[in-house]
Amino acid sequence: MTMTIPTSSRSSLRWAISDVLVLARRNLIALLRIPIALVFSIIQPIMFVVLFRYVFGGAIHTGTNYVNYLIPGILVQTTIFGSVSTAIGLAEDLQKGLIERFRALPMARMAVLAGRTISDLARNVLVLLIITTVGFAVGFRPGGGIIAYVQASLLMLSFAYALSWGFAFIGLAAPTSEAAQAMTFPLIFPITFASAIFVPVQTMPSWLQGFASHQPVSVTAEAVRGLMLGIPHGADSYISLAWALGAVVLLGPLAVRKFRQAIK
Amino acid sequence: MTEFAIEAHDIVKTFNDGKFTALGGVSLQVPKGQVFGLLGPNGSGKTTMVRILSTILAPSSGSATVNGYDVFKQADEVRKSIGLAGQYAAVDENLTGYENLRMVGLLNHLDKSYVDKRAHELLANFGLTDAANRRTKTYSGGMRRRLDLAAALVGNPPILFLDEPTTGLDPQSRQDLWNIIENLVEGGTTVLLTTQYLEEADRLAKQLVVLDRGKIIAQGTSAELKAQLGNTVLVLTFHSPSDATKAVDVIKDVSSKPANIEGSVVEMTIDQGPASAADALRKLDASGIDLAGLVMREPSLDDVFLNLTGRKAEETPAEAPATGRRSRKARS
Repeated sequence: MTMTIPTSSRSSLRWAISDVLVLARRNLIALLRIPIALVFSIIQPIMFVVLFRYVFGGAIHTGTNYVNYLIPGILVQTTIFGSVSTAIGLAEDLQKGLIERFRALPMARMAVLAGRTISDLARNVLVLLIITTVGFAVGFRPGGGIIAYVQASLLMLSFAYALSWGFAFIGLAAPTSEAAQAMTFPLIFPITFASAIFVPVQTMPSWLQGFASHQPVSVTAEAVRGLMLGIPHGADSYISLAWALGAVVLLGPLAVRKFRQAIK
Repeated sequence: MTEFAIEAHDIVKTFNDGKFTALGGVSLQVPKGQVFGLLGPNGSGKTTMVRILSTILAPSSGSATVNGYDVFKQADEVRKSIGLAGQYAAVDENLTGYENLRMVGLLNHLDKSYVDKRAHELLANFGLTDAANRRTKTYSGGMRRRLDLAAALVGNPPILFLDEPTTGLDPQSRQDLWNIIENLVEGGTTVLLTTQYLEEADRLAKQLVVLDRGKIIAQGTSAELKAQLGNTVLVLTFHSPSDATKAVDVIKDVSSKPANIEGSVVEMTIDQGPASAADALRKLDASGIDLAGLVMREPSLDDVFLNLTGRKAEETPAEAPATGRRSRKARS
């Protein structure tokens, strides 16, 4: 059977890009076909908006209109929660034997992970747009201008994207997708709640303040808030970007290594 | 180029820092253009062997070539030469049958227009044209297996790994898959087939290797193995276990193989079918032991195992201890 099969003569880099796009597309198709998953991931942040805006908000004093303090924080929290879907998606693929199939194909080794993180990034963009709209509906009025708003959005998307690589590692190490989700919770709960997302760090006990004010989620939240509201935020944007870059450099190779070993 | 499609030398695979040995030195030579069967119960090392040969898993030691390429140094060339279809039918449930094949074709780095043509051709060949645009979530078990096999064939690989392709399928679907596999081999494809079913190995495979606890315990053609085993199993039921014990003593010369007693049932592989059975009956009659029932049947994998190892095939040896990583359900 010496059939000649037309393989295109592209360079390996172009093939790697093609592999990533094929897989990202496949993930996005699943997202569109099971919209209920997206609906659930939007309901949670909307509940947070309502809870903090109308229930707790009256008791929280931030020196500004609380809704303006809250929404940038909620957006950061939502994108971080969104990056958890990388762990769930990969754990599912592993459970169903798809990773095994992919690993026996002559494609780029990082394509499955890059495809997954990129489709999760696209998903995060969508969620960000929806929650931004919800924010405006409940009275969010940022004064930083449209360019700063876009910069702030890109900043938090980069940060969440970097975290995706860490969650990729967890997804490949977890026995099931349910376990993957459970494993991410103890990680993201402290870094999103012991942070400047909902309340100013200065109101926390002093032993917590050191962690809460310097940890990357707080830095990102302060940078996003500063940009959106047009208030000074020092070097927070750059520190947040540095965290994101560092996370990709460190967690990316770890996740790829895990991918090479992962079997059901 | 070698004359073998697959050659493996002394493959060893241990897990858990050497505490669990999945493969204890397995060598294979698979000739081109035929089905080669890897037979064994769960936990015998079949799947581990397929994973190593298909570049998914690195062995602890040993060497192997597939289609003339080194499995470890030329993994990408190997991946271009093989198709892999497994017992868990790895298809994407959220994609349609057509989309699944298209995805695998593009990831095989095939030309887009070719992938399109090939996907439709395979769907037609495997009776999936009507279901081509349905999500595979709605497919039956047999349809999934066929699609899984089609996905392994998108790139026209000269070598195909089929890991228990019919486990859990109904008889009709099993028959359909067997026909497909036979057609592929007629077209020149080499197939490495793992199976728990002697019947399947017998029907498809020219040559067989029997694995047990990560080691080859027998090999040869299906006919050779059967000759070694005896052609027929005689099952005699007596009125009491003590009768059964007495009977074994009486008929022990009928077969070169030892008889197996379970309660009041005696099982014995016999060499000459009806002639041996008649011989046994005459001897029982002469000694006055009453028979409650008699059945003759084809030997099964259980019988192969009983003969080769003195154990039944289901008595899975020590499972891989939990690794803290993924629960490896001691899938062979």
